[in-house]
This record gives sequence, C-alpha cells and structure tokens, in this order.
Amino acid sequence: MEPNLRLAHLYPKLMNIYGDRGNILCLERRCRERGIGFEVTELGLGEKLKPKEYDLIFIGGAQDREQRRVAEDLVKVKGKALREAVDKGGTLLAVCGGYQLMGRYYRTAEGEELPGVGAFGLWTEHPGPAAKRFIGNVVVEWCGQTLVGFENHGGRTHLDEGVEPLGRVVSGFGNNGEDGGEGAVSRNAYGTYLHGALLPKNPRFADHLIETALRRRHKGLELTPLDDRVEGMAHAAAVRLTTRRGMISR
Amino acid sequence: MPGLLAEWIDPNIVPEMARRLGEGSVIVTGTNGKTTTARLLRGIVRAAGLRVVANRAGSNLMRGIAAALAESAGLGGDFAGARRLLGVFEVDEATLPQAVRALRPRVVLFTNLFRDQLDRYGEVEHVAAVWRDAVFALGRSATVVLNADDPSVAALAQAAPGQVLVYGVEDTSRGIDRLEHAADARWCSSCGGELAYATVFYGHLGHWSCPQCRAARPPSRVVATRVEPEAEGTRVAIAMPGAEVSVGLPLMGLYNAYNVLAAVAAAVALGIDAEATERGLSSFTAAFGRQERLTVGGRRVQVILAKNPAGLNEVLRTITADGQQKDVALFLNDDIADGRDVSWIWDVDFDLLAGKVRSLTVSGNRAWDMALRLKYAGLDSLPQVEERAAAALRRALRATPEDATLYVIPTYTAMLRVRALLARWARRPAFWQEG
Repeated sequence: MEPNLRLAHLYPKLMNIYGDRGNILCLERRCRERGIGFEVTELGLGEKLKPKEYDLIFIGGAQDREQRRVAEDLVKVKGKALREAVDKGGTLLAVCGGYQLMGRYYRTAEGEELPGVGAFGLWTEHPGPAAKRFIGNVVVEWCGQTLVGFENHGGRTHLDEGVEPLGRVVSGFGNNGEDGGEGAVSRNAYGTYLHGALLPKNPRFADHLIETALRRRHKGLELTPLDDRVEGMAHAAAVRLTTRRGMISR
Repeated sequence: MPGLLAEWIDPNIVPEMARRLGEGSVIVTGTNGKTTTARLLRGIVRAAGLRVVANRAGSNLMRGIAAALAESAGLGGDFAGARRLLGVFEVDEATLPQAVRALRPRVVLFTNLFRDQLDRYGEVEHVAAVWRDAVFALGRSATVVLNADDPSVAALAQAAPGQVLVYGVEDTSRGIDRLEHAADARWCSSCGGELAYATVFYGHLGHWSCPQCRAARPPSRVVATRVEPEAEGTRVAIAMPGAEVSVGLPLMGLYNAYNVLAAVAAAVALGIDAEATERGLSSFTAAFGRQERLTVGGRRVQVILAKNPAGLNEVLRTITADGQQKDVALFLNDDIADGRDVSWIWDVDFDLLAGKVRSLTVSGNRAWDMALRLKYAGLDSLPQVEERAAAALRRALRATPEDATLYVIPTYTAMLRVRALLARWARRPAFWQEG
C-alpha cells in the first residue's frame, strides 16, 4: 500500500503567525516528491480531535488574543485527546504559542494564568510587560546538526526535571535565556520557539517528523533523499548571519 | 540639512515649533502607503495655495519631524509666512502617541493596519491598542480620517473625541472573492467573532461585517466609485460631498488607489476644494522608491518597495495583471529597518508569478531564504541567486530584453541600495554592462 501522511493542523485560522504556513507546505512537498500521499485536516474551535485518524499533529503560533481563545478550546475540547496522542507515541510539532500551550500553564504578561494541555512537562511565565522579549535569529544544536530559525517570545519556558530540550542553543535565547535549552521533547512530540518557517530550512528535521509519523503504520519505512541544495544554502546562510552578527553565544 | 546634523536636533523642539504653524499639522500613519499618501496630500495642499513643512520619506520618527521643522525655520526658530504654513508628516505606527502629543494635529489620517515587522512593532493587536490610545488623546477639534474597508482602522472611530471622516472603495469590480493567506484582521474587534466579507479588495481590506454582533463597515463620505487600471497607472474616480474628482496617476495597483483616496479624504477634512485637489493630484511624481521609473541601458526599471505580505501580494498581482511575461528581481534584507524576521515571505502568494516570469533574480542578505520560498511557488525554474546587490542588479538587467521593464521589488534597506546603484548607472548608461 502506498503510504500517505495524514496531518491534523490545529487552529490554522487562529494560530498562523510567523509564516507557519511554510511548515505545512514543506511537509506536503517532501511527501509528494517521494510519492507519499498527503492529507491535511484543519481543526478549528469546537472541533474534536480523534488522534487515531492522524499521523502528525501540528499547532503554530498566535497573537495573544487568539492564544487565549485557543487555550480555552484546547483544555475543553482537544486537551485529553492530545495528551493521549502524545502518551501513545503520536508525532506532534508545536511552534511558539502552540508550544507554550502544550505545557501545564502559560502565565501572561498581565499575570493571567492560561491552563495548558499538559502534554509536555513544562511551564511558561511572562515576567511582565516591561521584561525584554526574546527576539532574533537562533541556531540550535540538534542531534549533531544545527537547526536554524527566528524566535520572538516574551514567555520564559522551564522544563521539569528529566524533560529533554529539543536542542542546545548555539546562538539566541531559547526556552528562557538562562539554561541553554531550546524547545522540548516528549516521546515523539516536539515543541520549539523556532519559526522562520522552521521546516523548510531544516529539511532533516522535517524528514525526521515525516519518518517518525509514518513508521507507526509503515514499519521500517525509509525516506529517499531529495535535492536539498537550496535548503542547504538557506540553512548555511542563516547560520552564517546569526553567528557573524555576534549575538549571544554560548 | 545633512542627515547627520539632523541627529543633533532635539525632538523636544517639536511642540513649540509645531505651535507656530499657522495652518496646523496633518499626521499620516498606517502600515502601508504612508509615504505615497503624504506625498499626494502635499501636492494637493500646495495646489490649494498653502506652504508645506514635511519630513523626508521614511524619516518618520520624532527626530525626522524635528529635523523637518528646524530645516524650514529661520535661525530664530520662526517660519517665514507662518500663517499659510501646514505641516504634513508621515509618522511611524509606533511613534504615533508621541507625535500626537507633540504636534497636536488638526487631522490624523490612518491608511491601514497590516502585519509588519513583528519583531519591531509587536503584534497587530498591540499596534491597534496603541492607536486607540493615541486617538483617544486627541483634542476635540481634531478630525480622524479612517479607512472603512480595514476593520481595525474603522474601529478607531469609537475612540475619537472629535469628528470622524471615513473613506472607502465602492467599486466592487476590483474585488476578489476570498480572503488571501496574508489576511490579518479577520476577527471582529468588538466581539471577537469571525468577520464575513461581501467583497475583498486585498489583504483584509473589503466590505466586511460581523455576523455575530452588529459591527459593520461604516458608510463612507469620500468614496472611490471607479478604479480602472491603465497602461502605466490607474484612473480613480472619487466622490465626495458635493463634488467628484477623477485622476489618472502613474501608479499601479489597488493599494495605490487607496493612497489616492486617503489623500483626498484628508484634503476634504482640511476643507480643500475639489478643483485644487484634482490639480494637486495631477502634478504627482512617484514617491521615493515607490514605483519610480528609471531607464538604465535601454531597459526601463521600476522600483517598488514591498515589506510585508499584504503589500507584496498586491505588488505581484499588479505587475502580473496583463498576463505578459515579466522580468523581476526580488531583494530581501533582514536589517532592523526591514524587520529582522523574514518568515513573512511564507505568507506571500508567490504562486501569482507562476507562468508569468521570463527572468527572476533574487538578492539581498536573505537571498537564499527567498530562493527557497520560490522553490515552493510552482515556477518553471529556480531563480538566479546573487546575494550582492550590484552583481544581482547587473544580472537582472542583462536578463531583461531591451525596451522591456525590469521590476525591482526590494525591502527597505535594499531599496536604498538599489536606488543608489540605479541612479548612478542611469547617469552612465553603459556602466552595468561593464560587468
């Protein structure tokens, strides 16, 4: 049977800031070029998530007002299904605002506490309107390679003891600007502050997600390599620009 | 006055000097169209027999306003002929509160509010809140001029202590049938519900209403009744109370029709008559880097600034409208004035270029980001990539047939660079061919 990737895109109309569309375009292209089918189901407010119907779940970033509406819906409508999906090894990518909401809670700049899904052992607190936002290019070390992207967040994310970050910050701020961690991993679920969009310039990470997602139904599936020369150049340029500008280095 | 000297001018001089402007001040603000709209308005104001103090294109922070005032005044800080003097200032979105306090303007004109440089301005919601506070702080004698078709701009009417004048486009033949990807304000600013659109013009601009509450696009007093693309520009017919003006301008695209409409609405707010308005508009030349035309080595070159998804979508739609094959060069920089975050290019509908480009060159320090984005645009071939601006421009000119037009679409800092190069080469026509 020809494999196909079934993607659930959560709140595409509300959580679509920072070019998140690029992540979807990238997943689709990298599947189709390999003859792998690709189906997206967009799930908005009030729509139930049935984890068994999807191989990969994606949630992007949002502005504060939208984040509040999504937080409510996540807890009331989709939270339980998301926790189940992650516990059972389902593949998920959560970026920026979506990442924050996958934790236990997000405390806003005004001190309001938005309850999170609790799929990751982490919490996020915004130190207040006067606090510095973490804005800039980021380079992260991930599995012996680099991930590149752009971060723009006021919240500081802290991981529970034993929860692994997605990678180590080479340049930039990452989760909280202190411990050198960026993002989080919980089984096959990944959270990150990196947009840019994230996946087009990090094709190996994109393939890692596709492979992980498909292997649950297609054991031993191997992805064929693609022509990633333009991706490689864009990735290299991002590393060069980020590190040359003398951002905070660790 | 040299730019460096302007750095020494204390922005605190603005309130005192602004008081001496006999005709007061107008502020032009918004995400897109500030420079062109302010320029159009200056032409109208001059045609009405007033003299104008204005800041330079892009110098739209307090320091730029201070420099403009100091430049126009004599050594003692007095203006010659102050009685007939009007300030027309384009003001950065985030600088509006300070500018309102310092200038105490007669008229504040808002063009639109789009997602732009999130790293610099913060979220769209944040900018809207800053504007609301600034409008609320205006005097009762100030008129606020608002775009009816932009829901978050139209909503500012509720905060205005004085008069409100609304403008909008009625010519629905220019509309598209659905919101494009770059649309921002699709949520009602009163109740948070999803807005419905009878017509979309571009981005989130259109004939909107909220099905959940009673909020709807307000009726306009100054209306674009007809917007017609012409060979090298646009003809716009505008109806205002008791009169109508019709002008052909060397500017393409619906977004420029909005700029004309906004300038006319501000003129109405200033009490300028239709005859002077029409005369002022017809004397227009393209604003700095906004669609100005040059000839270099027998090729026409048109430079069109684009710095956010809604703006770039509309530029792409405009240059591809006639279905002919185009020569295009995209310049993407990520300096502070461009916005450090280039992820916005993923929200642009580059598919508009598919099948419509003869040559495509990408440049700027983020050229490879752009090249990668275009890989996803369904084009027949990948673009030529050259990070260095001069080399890229030469290459793009070579790829453009003689007598054809090269469309150069840069972000802000790239525009400054491109413009300097083109100005030099236009004086020495064969220079770019030397390699």
